[in-house]
Amino acid sequence: MTIKEIAFKNLLRRKGKAAFILAGLVIGVATVVAVIGFLDTMTMDINHKLEKFGANILMVPKTDNLGLSYGGLSMGGVSFEMKQLRQKDLEKITAIKNAANIAAVGPMVFGSIEIKNQQVLLAGIDFSQSRILKPWWKISGDLPGDNELLIGAEAARILGLGIGDTIGVDGHRLTVSSVLSPTGSQDDQLLFSRLSTVQAMLGKEGIISMAEVAALCKDCPIDEMVRQIGAAMPDAKVMAIQQVVKGRMETLARFKKFSYGISVVIILIGSLVVLVTLMGSVRERTEEIGIFRAIGFRRAHIMRIVFIEAGIVSVIAGILGFIVGYSASSLGLRFFSDFKVTSMPVPWGLGFGAILMAMVIGLAAAAYPAYMAARLDPNDALRSL
Amino acid sequence: MTQIIAENLSKDYGNGDSMVRAISGLSFEIETGEFVGIMGESGAGKSTLLSIMGALNSPTTGRYIVNDIDVYGLNGEQRADFRREFLGFIFQSFHLIPYLTVMENVMLPLTTIPMPRKKKHEMAAEALDCVGLTPTAKRLPRILSGGEQERVAIARAIVNQPTVLLADEPTGNLDSRNSDAVMHLLQRLNTAGTTIIMVTHSNKCARYAQRILNVADGRLTDTPAAGVEINNDTSDVQLKERAA
Repeated sequence: MTIKEIAFKNLLRRKGKAAFILAGLVIGVATVVAVIGFLDTMTMDINHKLEKFGANILMVPKTDNLGLSYGGLSMGGVSFEMKQLRQKDLEKITAIKNAANIAAVGPMVFGSIEIKNQQVLLAGIDFSQSRILKPWWKISGDLPGDNELLIGAEAARILGLGIGDTIGVDGHRLTVSSVLSPTGSQDDQLLFSRLSTVQAMLGKEGIISMAEVAALCKDCPIDEMVRQIGAAMPDAKVMAIQQVVKGRMETLARFKKFSYGISVVIILIGSLVVLVTLMGSVRERTEEIGIFRAIGFRRAHIMRIVFIEAGIVSVIAGILGFIVGYSASSLGLRFFSDFKVTSMPVPWGLGFGAILMAMVIGLAAAAYPAYMAARLDPNDALRSL
Repeated sequence: MTQIIAENLSKDYGNGDSMVRAISGLSFEIETGEFVGIMGESGAGKSTLLSIMGALNSPTTGRYIVNDIDVYGLNGEQRADFRREFLGFIFQSFHLIPYLTVMENVMLPLTTIPMPRKKKHEMAAEALDCVGLTPTAKRLPRILSGGEQERVAIARAIVNQPTVLLADEPTGNLDSRNSDAVMHLLQRLNTAGTTIIMVTHSNKCARYAQRILNVADGRLTDTPAAGVEINNDTSDVQLKERAA
């Protein structure tokens, strides 16, 4: 016979009370696990959606230009000491602290050309990055190779060009290999070709006009990414397209605070359930504790019995709470998110944390009942026999 | 050899106007291996005296010494150790732990003693054998008869081989046949050298005692309790029921 066996057998004897304590803890732990799991998956969902938004950071040459445009109507501008962006400098971005969060970097070079007496903007881009940076693009035909063009829908209409047509620009012959479906953006009016092709045509080898960056900031704020890129590229003005994510992130942050607040309240209620139930259990066992004390159990032994009982229930509650909470968050993900996950990895760290949390709550709530049990005067307890 | 010395023991409950003096100035000595009965009317102070002798209830004044240990000079935890090492308790209503088997109930006083499990089991088996209940070892107390439960309580009281056994009305809930069996058992333990102090109302049980401490109004008295006659022919006290 050991103290552990006494505690275990008492739990088995008072199954109803043990189940009540278990339920209180399971609800608390499951809520926290579900909230954390749900918030994690929501964050994953938002990050996933960010990929669909494409580029969310822009890099342009640093300038003292005072813009004179409003609502798409340009009236020129005054530029002083405009810096140049060099293509090879983009490599520095890969060395920033949160480089792992960068999904794609797309350098662009722009130049004006004349086709059929029309001034058209020609853009040189890295088509290998366009799938991430311009996920909304729908292209008819093949992506351009050397000396080939992708032509915006509006430009194709105005210039009367289609796939297979060839145009001459400053001694270069360019063939239209694909046409961009209407996007509703400025891209509809542009001609696109390979970056190297356009750089050669414009005499801007190694120079870029701007760069787009797609950054997935799960673990860092977008402002921090901007700061890091800005530090790596001192000649560039780095800007976040904040409105894309800020609203959702703020909503998520508010939801997080609310959820954590609810979790704390539920944990407190769970702790009270454990406390009240164990107090009742101690009162019921006054005689038993009196006998234990009479036959030589120290106060520490009595406390240990109560703590072991609470500990056993807490571990079980931690495991069950994790399973219930994890299942609930997985289910919630299916209902509340467009992000389809076939198999979510089991967050073992969260599981360990859930058991630890249940232990802490259970043992903390058991402290007062254990203290009361240990303080029972054996003579008073036996007088009630 | 004197084993127990009680010096001027008094116990007050409450304070001020509501103070009640349960026992007052009790002094006596008990020899090693004695079988002492404590008798008295209800409310005379017997239970208070037994609880003080059981190291469960601090006296308001006086000293209580067992085996040269000033029991109430010890702190609470040391007194728990003292009870475990020197005392065995037999309660009137058995007070076995209902969710533990007979064997586990008997092993209870050994729970907190650092000792191999096998040795504890052997000691409990020996105690059960002593009270003749080996076949019931794996049963739960509730399916035993009252007499058997009392014998289990005795086995639990003696399993740690105490030098002093304190019994509070050990036959109070038993019929005549079972009472005799229990008293014979106590007598056998006493013969083996265990000092026994027994609170009883029963003259029949009191006959087993070598000496009677009569308690009346919290004091020791030579006058036996009502219904009890004492013939002090030799060193022993013999009791006869007036009705008999």
